[in-house]
Amino acid sequence: MSVDKSTVMRISQLARIEVPECDQDQLVDELNNILTWVEQLDEVDTEGVMPMSSGLPGAVLPQRDDLVSAENRQPDILRNAPVSRSGFFVVPKVIE
Amino acid sequence: MSDLTALTIAEALEGLKAREYTAEELTEEHIKSIEASRALNAFVLETPDQAVDDAKASDARRARGEVGALEGIPLGVKDLFCTKDVRTTACSHILENFVPPYESFVTRKLRAAGACFLGKTNLDEFAMGSSNETSYFGPVRNPWGQVVDDAGLVPGGSSGGSASAVAAGLCLGAIGTDTGGSIRQPAAFCGIVGMKPTYGRCSRWGIVAFASSLDQAGPMTRTVKDAAIMLGAMVGFDENDSTSAQNVVPDFQACLGQDIKGLRIGIPKEYRVEGMDQEIEALWTKGAGLLEEQGAEVIEISLPKTKYALPTYYIIAPAEASSNLARYDGMRFGLRVDGENLEETYMKTRAEGFGAEVRRRVLIGTYVLSAGYYDAYYLKAQKVRRIISEEFASAFDQVDAVLTPTAPTPAFSRGERTDDLISMYLNDVFTVPASLAGLPAISIPAGLSSHGLPLGLQLITRAFDESTLFRVAGALEEAAGWSPHPLKYQGS
Amino acid sequence: MSLIKGRTGDWEIVIGLEVHAQLSTASKLFSGASTEFGAEPNTQVTLVDAALPGMLPVLNKEAVEQAVLTGLAINANINEHSVFDRKNYFYPDLPQGYQISQFSDPIVGSGEIEIELDGGLTRTVRITRIHLEQDAGKSLHDQAPNHTYVDLNRSGVPLMEIVSEPDIRSAAEAAAYVVKLRSILQYVGSCDGNMERGNLRCDANVSVRRPGEEYGTRCEIKNLNSIRFLQQAIDYEARRQVDLIESGEKIVQETRLFDSNKGVTRSMRSKEEAHDYRYFPDPDLMPLDLESDYIESLRLSLPELPDQKLERFINDLKLPLDVAKELVTEKEKADYFEPVALRRDAKLVSSMVRKDVFGYANNHSLEISEVPVLPDQYGELVDLVSAGDVNARTASEVFVEMAETGKSAKSIVEERGLKQVSDSGELEKILDDIIAGSEEQVVQFKNGNEKIIGWFVGQVMQKTKGQANPTVVNDLLKKKLDK
Ligand SMILES: [Mg+2]
Ligand SMILES: [Zn+2]
Repeated sequence: MSVDKSTVMRISQLARIEVPECDQDQLVDELNNILTWVEQLDEVDTEGVMPMSSGLPGAVLPQRDDLVSAENRQPDILRNAPVSRSGFFVVPKVIE
Repeated sequence: MSDLTALTIAEALEGLKAREYTAEELTEEHIKSIEASRALNAFVLETPDQAVDDAKASDARRARGEVGALEGIPLGVKDLFCTKDVRTTACSHILENFVPPYESFVTRKLRAAGACFLGKTNLDEFAMGSSNETSYFGPVRNPWGQVVDDAGLVPGGSSGGSASAVAAGLCLGAIGTDTGGSIRQPAAFCGIVGMKPTYGRCSRWGIVAFASSLDQAGPMTRTVKDAAIMLGAMVGFDENDSTSAQNVVPDFQACLGQDIKGLRIGIPKEYRVEGMDQEIEALWTKGAGLLEEQGAEVIEISLPKTKYALPTYYIIAPAEASSNLARYDGMRFGLRVDGENLEETYMKTRAEGFGAEVRRRVLIGTYVLSAGYYDAYYLKAQKVRRIISEEFASAFDQVDAVLTPTAPTPAFSRGERTDDLISMYLNDVFTVPASLAGLPAISIPAGLSSHGLPLGLQLITRAFDESTLFRVAGALEEAAGWSPHPLKYQGS
Repeated sequence: MSLIKGRTGDWEIVIGLEVHAQLSTASKLFSGASTEFGAEPNTQVTLVDAALPGMLPVLNKEAVEQAVLTGLAINANINEHSVFDRKNYFYPDLPQGYQISQFSDPIVGSGEIEIELDGGLTRTVRITRIHLEQDAGKSLHDQAPNHTYVDLNRSGVPLMEIVSEPDIRSAAEAAAYVVKLRSILQYVGSCDGNMERGNLRCDANVSVRRPGEEYGTRCEIKNLNSIRFLQQAIDYEARRQVDLIESGEKIVQETRLFDSNKGVTRSMRSKEEAHDYRYFPDPDLMPLDLESDYIESLRLSLPELPDQKLERFINDLKLPLDVAKELVTEKEKADYFEPVALRRDAKLVSSMVRKDVFGYANNHSLEISEVPVLPDQYGELVDLVSAGDVNARTASEVFVEMAETGKSAKSIVEERGLKQVSDSGELEKILDDIIAGSEEQVVQFKNGNEKIIGWFVGQVMQKTKGQANPTVVNDLLKKKLDK
């Protein structure tokens, strides 16, 4: 499979990363380069193999008790905000 | 007083104990060393005032008889670890002004053990790179560059700042993170020891995430013993990280100096890859010989799917990264570049905030997870990952440790591989398999190239068997006769 | 089957519901922040909920337990192996840039809920699945002209998404389904069902078709937060689709919003084609594996469910169906009724409680649990009625005073001398006086005016300030006047 410009633009939209016109062709080449290279995995027979999604197989998911452990950390939460007001994060207008 | 920056951590702990010098003196010497070596660009943030305060507090504790495992030891911290009230950037423009209101688990443990932090070390942006050339704060120099009269030699990456700093005597040790080789490969390039523990040994809490199923913190030091000392102070169960291991933590130092008679060392035949330097192959053979001389049994083993580890990694790591980096959107923290509307603000913030390599990997990761491609790329990679992991498991039925080179070449020149992505990715060909399988691995300096550059050998053991790893690494280090003295950087 | 009449014939509505129910946990799904309602903005937000760099999720045990119990209550398969996935999309109130949810391996598999329809009919609605997921934060669009304000207090609050098969055929059935589901959740204790606070909200997938034909293209109406809106939205949407199809147009699969002011649904402007959520297993969380012993022990701990209670109220307490249903549907009502009815006349209790307690709660906009008279205290009042000490009308007055003063039923009755006069001797004396002074009325009665009895009763009540036992008065009157 190889990606074309429109696919790359769709991906850039999904990832919310603007790709300026002048960079698009080069990016298409770079991504195709990488994708062609990783496609060597097609040679591996993975029939019946369970996918491995954790860092170490066989680990058990811990569960915590339902305790309220956190105090109000509003100042910490808002500390790095580009804009905040009256305890809220302020972001560009969302249009639904 | 002798050069305090030339000590190992173990020696410094002895000297502090014997009151030959204070932690404050030790720290001051390193601050001077950092100031004199700024041309390396190893630190992106120096925190001398905090370091001196910490050192004074450490001296006071020592006077009271409270002595932690790293009491008074000045360290460097990769700028991927969140440090409370100290700017943490991941060397990205998008986090350029980020000041965490919290301290990572690992740095908190190190501080509790008495360590003093000299500052934050440089890295490839979001730890994505193998040469420390993608940092928003500029590339790091490898102090070994001066040996070949090439000041532009890369230190490896992504923990290039930590590696360079340890190698040049700017700190006694440093912490790095390793996702596909980011501790081990720069350690090999800079002639130091770099160790990645078993996945889950070190809590990831407070480490800026790159690829969650692969990221692990680890020590970067000038000796195996120092790595064992540091790792002992970094590990432990953390209830705030669901992937944190509850396994018993052995005394890592206790296995140093034990002989390796009867241990079986595997040499995976498939690691003789195309493009590997002759002298690296020679070093590998020499390393196997050294272990054999000490009574280990060297066995050729087969890890046939190893050659697929790298493409597997370059699907899984970007996929996880594309999701992990979604939080850098200009809404709650970090850079915001205003656009005409919300969508444009997202697009511009992330286009300007991320560098080219990060953008590329996020796009690749987004693609391999997207509708219609998930099975062909991501799911396929997860299955191959399982096969690779199982191949290691059966190899460890035959052997106790695996010996490989750390990297296929010595350190290279800046800019040499930035145009050829795949050749850059190939740097990690030997380190990535253990990352995919979650296994502990260590790189130790074992010789010099014909140009006089350091070369590293890698050892890998079973999950949670760091004891054997340190035991074999210690034996190999001793036999290789590498000098742990730092290489002072003369350039400016 | 309820059909819509179109210009070209009849149409059937096909509805599937996705209900988001907030679990009744103290802390969030993956963090220790409180889930309490109504706090100041961003005061119940941990570093994890704000998705600061390096923060990691840790699963809440109680949320798992409540989801499993809910699954058991609807006879569903509990999956011993389930997986938390990331659903990736950008939105300012979604701090991580993904929602942790469950995609291909949910914690609860297929189950079913039986709903009651008019005329004693029932219908089984199949449940596809229940999965656990995080709620997002709250966006306030009306605080500033060019900006949206974001509060993350809700971010990370645990939700169950309960997905039904398209087995629902009308707005009324949809309402009955939500009422029944809410009742089950309340009995299990996994959700308080409070729709006003958004603790239970519905997404409705609506399509229309010719009866018996293939399903049509559906539209999803998001975030319906009352049963009335759910019904209005379904009716409007079905009609809209019928009109479109009948005028030769095609239905476009899309997400729509219900405008409760105008009573219409409208297309969401956010780009539909951009929805590619790139689900993948969250690498910060291993798969969730449950032991079968754990599931069995929860099955044993399951409380009595609404259907079981209804059966018991009808068979053991002999309550009529409609009364039993009213008491059972809202768990709070049953919780009030049952301790009062214990060892008392259930019929009497049910009629008194519905009038006094539920009426009071309704008039004062209170939850039943907020009514200031506890079931035990109310039982005393029922006893006074049973004993004939006060009549039902007086009891209602006494109840209001109990609620307002906190005094006991007995003390109010005594203080105000409300005790009913049942002593026939005393009443006879009063009656004799009245009869003696009402010759005209007595003559009318003798001439066949039976209605005049009511006048006599009224007189007695006036004399006794309403405290005469009306049964005794009636008996006495008939005896005396018939003489
Ligand atoms: Mg849904
Ligand atoms: Zn949902």
